[in-house]
Amino acid sequence: MAPIVSINNLSKTYEGGHHALRDVSLDIEEGEILALLGPNGAGKTTLISIICGIVSPTGGTVTVGGHDVVDDYRHARTLIGLVPQEITLEPFEKVFRTVSFSRGLFGKPPNSQLISDVLEKLSLLDKKDSAINQLSGGMRRRVLIAKALSHEPRVLFLDEPTAGVDVELRKSMWSIVRDLKKNGVTIILTTHYIEEAEAIADRIGIISDGQLLLAEDKEALMGRLGRKQMRIDLQAPLDELPENLSNYELERAEDGTYLTYVYDTQADRTGITALLNDLGDAGIRIRDVQTQQSSLEQIFVDLVKETP
Amino acid sequence: MNLQAVKSIYIFEMSRTFRTLLQSIVSPVLSTSLYFVVFGAAIGSRIQEVDGVSYGAFIVPGLIMLTVLTQATSNAAFGIYFPKFIGTIYELLSAPISFLEIVMGYVGAAATKALAIGLIILLTAAFFVDIQIAHPFWMLTFLVLTCVSFSLFGFILGIWAQNFEQLQLVPLLVITPLVFLGGSFYSISMLPPLWQNVTLFNPVVYLISGFRWSFYGTADVAIGLSITMIALFLAICLGIIWWIFKTGYRIKT
Repeated sequence: MAPIVSINNLSKTYEGGHHALRDVSLDIEEGEILALLGPNGAGKTTLISIICGIVSPTGGTVTVGGHDVVDDYRHARTLIGLVPQEITLEPFEKVFRTVSFSRGLFGKPPNSQLISDVLEKLSLLDKKDSAINQLSGGMRRRVLIAKALSHEPRVLFLDEPTAGVDVELRKSMWSIVRDLKKNGVTIILTTHYIEEAEAIADRIGIISDGQLLLAEDKEALMGRLGRKQMRIDLQAPLDELPENLSNYELERAEDGTYLTYVYDTQADRTGITALLNDLGDAGIRIRDVQTQQSSLEQIFVDLVKETP
Repeated sequence: MNLQAVKSIYIFEMSRTFRTLLQSIVSPVLSTSLYFVVFGAAIGSRIQEVDGVSYGAFIVPGLIMLTVLTQATSNAAFGIYFPKFIGTIYELLSAPISFLEIVMGYVGAAATKALAIGLIILLTAAFFVDIQIAHPFWMLTFLVLTCVSFSLFGFILGIWAQNFEQLQLVPLLVITPLVFLGGSFYSISMLPPLWQNVTLFNPVVYLISGFRWSFYGTADVAIGLSITMIALFLAICLGIIWWIFKTGYRIKT
């Protein structure tokens, strides 16, 4: 099946010479949740802004649903909903009217029932006649989502949807995103919360300095790049590592009560069996063993560090 | 064409007028009434007729133009500047809507407001002086053309402005003086010959002269010239807007 969004050799250089994007290519499949991770200024928002028509590209092409976002912008944009990073709403407008206005901009006829349904899903129906300036920050952010959903987009861009929101609201946003996915909406979100990408994304794209370093299935990425840690709790504290264990990447805790062994899950030999045997040979008795997958955060930090 | 979007912008902008009714309509009507009280009744009674028309009636077209020009410019400028200022312009830029449709929505609403205010002032003036309209069709044509062309001008101003000061600069420091010096309250034939020639460089002279002709059948400049000047101004504004959208000047990066 053809990708819903296809980005080919996209680049953007702003006036003044700043290269925000460098030759980015990426296909996004219909119905997936793609999280774009990257540090501030990496080019995430520029990428989204070009796809949505807010920023003009310097080179390359983007198609949405097979329609070029520049040459056939009407068809392309009809498929797209955008939730911007900043809360940008007319402060004196009523919730229902501002959401209906968005629907009209996308050429859709008025549909009070649909707008009410969207507001209800976002727990905003009881605020439909409230002015924006009477709403809390979390509610305003949900109004932005309602505006983006008012014209029934097939692709939804969420630019840092949970930036600066509390934990409860963040989890509520994740739940909204999962529901949208269930309804077949393709979601592309930018975030610098690794936890967010880990919790809701199907695929992770990592951008740094305008370059797409990778875009991979989340599980596969964690499997491929993930390193595991094994913590070996000892029955008796160890003053120093015995000679026969010096070949292992072992770290002794300060108080000597446990050892930490880091290994690559994808390697032919993890060295675990040999290590445990050698520990036994050295007369070290084990109380407990725990393993832990390294987080996306560590993968992200490692990748960005490797970028020249 | 995305007419639904044009309609949405138009209704959204017009609803702003009704939300701020006092500022949008009552305020220009009140200030115009004060002009009639001061210039028409207090000072006008001491001035002889101008071109065979009582002074109070003579200033009506000029007063309407004064308000229409400033209102059309300010409304259109504010209409597009406000989304830029608060950031909601992202919605316009990411919607399946052409720049022509954006202009139609914003300029249409600003021109409608200005037209409504112009007609309300005309009605208000009828309470103070006897008004005759010799050429009703041309009166409406002049009024509509002026509303549209100065709304386009205001739209350009709103795109150009980077802060509220710049937004108010042109209506206050350019439009108002040009209208005052463009024969709103006098016939330019009353000026010394040198100043009559200088005044001809003021484009507003042609608007007011043509508009006054549609009321009383007398004009400072030929009616054909007035229409040509309005058409020229309209064409220049359209040309600048076309360029703005082609280049994305101060809208897109």
